[in-house]
Amino acid sequence: MLEVRDLTKVFGGLRAVDGASLDVVEGSIVALIGPNGAGKTTLFAAIAGFVRPEGGSVRFRKEDITGLAPHLICGRGMVRTFQITQPFAKLTVRENIMVGAYLHTAERREANERAEKIAGQLGMAASLDQQAAGLTVSGRKRLELARALATRPRLLLLDEVMAGLNPSEVAEIVPVIRSIRDAGVTVLLIEHVMQAVMSLSERVYVLSYGRIIANGTPAEVASDPVVVEAYLGHGAAERMLASSARA
Amino acid sequence: MKGWSGHLLILAVALAFPLVFRSSFAVNFGVLVLFAAFTGQAWNIAGGFAGQLSFGHVVFFGTGAYASTLLQLKFGVSPWLGLPAAAAAGAAVGGLVAILSFRAGLRGSYFALITLAFAEVFRILANSFEWTGAGLGLLIPLKRGMANFQFAERIGFYYVILAFTVLSIAVAVWLTRSRFGARLAAIRENEDAARALGIDVLREKVKVMMLSGMLCGLGGTFYAQYFLYIDPSIAYGVDKSVEMLLVSMIGGTGTVYGPLIGALLLGIIGEGTRALTDAPGLSLVVYGALLVGTIAFLPDGLIELFRMRRRRRSA
Repeated sequence: MLEVRDLTKVFGGLRAVDGASLDVVEGSIVALIGPNGAGKTTLFAAIAGFVRPEGGSVRFRKEDITGLAPHLICGRGMVRTFQITQPFAKLTVRENIMVGAYLHTAERREANERAEKIAGQLGMAASLDQQAAGLTVSGRKRLELARALATRPRLLLLDEVMAGLNPSEVAEIVPVIRSIRDAGVTVLLIEHVMQAVMSLSERVYVLSYGRIIANGTPAEVASDPVVVEAYLGHGAAERMLASSARA
Repeated sequence: MKGWSGHLLILAVALAFPLVFRSSFAVNFGVLVLFAAFTGQAWNIAGGFAGQLSFGHVVFFGTGAYASTLLQLKFGVSPWLGLPAAAAAGAAVGGLVAILSFRAGLRGSYFALITLAFAEVFRILANSFEWTGAGLGLLIPLKRGMANFQFAERIGFYYVILAFTVLSIAVAVWLTRSRFGARLAAIRENEDAARALGIDVLREKVKVMMLSGMLCGLGGTFYAQYFLYIDPSIAYGVDKSVEMLLVSMIGGTGTVYGPLIGALLLGIIGEGTRALTDAPGLSLVVYGALLVGTIAFLPDGLIELFRMRRRRRSA
């Protein structure tokens, strides 16, 4: 469904994304993890058209979409959410979701029905007529998700939808994401909440200093010494092995 | 204002006004209030609903005024036919200004400043050419008659500008209920999020500027026919731009009736200060104080007072 090849994005002297490649198979949930500042959000932005990459290519549903404008990419069925939530603050939750729904219909009634349905799925039905500015962090994260879903995506790019949520809120949203996938939407997510990554994703890519340093199943990646070192520093893997051998 | 009854009530009052208050002073007052409400709404469509604050909206107004007046004076085209030409000219300049500034990525105050600059450029151009009457301006010869868009009675002008105002309010109502309006609100609130949700931000902004410019163009023809005179500083002066955004901001930007409320209040204050004193600048002082007060205490405009009352009643 999504093939990213050697994608490179340079900011001044910094190679924020440095030849990253990844594949997302249709119907799967794939996670992109990595230490802070690894370039995950930049990679997302380059995939979704928000920044123009200096090199490499992005293919989506067998078509080259490298450097296409974000609204065109969204029209083809790939939509992203923002790590720092970007609600239409003065609009209600209903109006926010309707903006997404209007991508595929000009009918107010149809957009409204879709907004109500999605709000119901995400447990936001009670706050439909509340102003988005008044939502809690968890509410805003859900709204990001709801608006994106309203565009009827084939591929959903979720940028840390669980950051800032408490454990019970995370436990609530994990099955929601799984049900989105079960409804036929492929998911690529950036996440720091490892519990969620482990339970949700079939495949994990690890980004560090702009490069993909490992990929595999969650279990494979978690035990990969390269990944451990990326997170905990040089030599950490050896020390961990040594301490577990002593124990 | 649920349903249509509120709109119809306001329309009925507006229709009856010149029949009840027949003095030429009262009708003139009504014309000027409606003119300010209409051009204010034209500004509000771009500045309020879409959040593209412009300081130079007069450029569309002036272009409309010059378009129909020149057609009339140079080619003998009836001002009634000049109206669509003025609308087209306003829309064209709206599109041009929008493409040039939005493609360059100008937003917020930078966009406001560039529109001010556009208006100044047009003013200087209109001042420089013999063909546009240069600094002397253009005088439309007095020939009373419906066919010339010169009504013998002011009440004729009143109903024309009322029709324009109804049109502009209908556009505003449509914006609150349509996909286009929803997209404009999204762009106003957050352009990046709008883009992520599949909205072609540039195209929608160009469209709304053309719509707004088109309405301003109509206002230009009306103004020229009412006063039978335009010159560069009337047609492209900063006063009209300020009036347009002032009535919207005081009444309530991005609302259906904000510009009308603002225009009514400013009209009353303008006439009131003139009746109290001969000092010509006093109304401006009061406008300024009112604007500061509104922004400080009612940032969503005077319309907020009506909303509060309704909320209290329903609570």
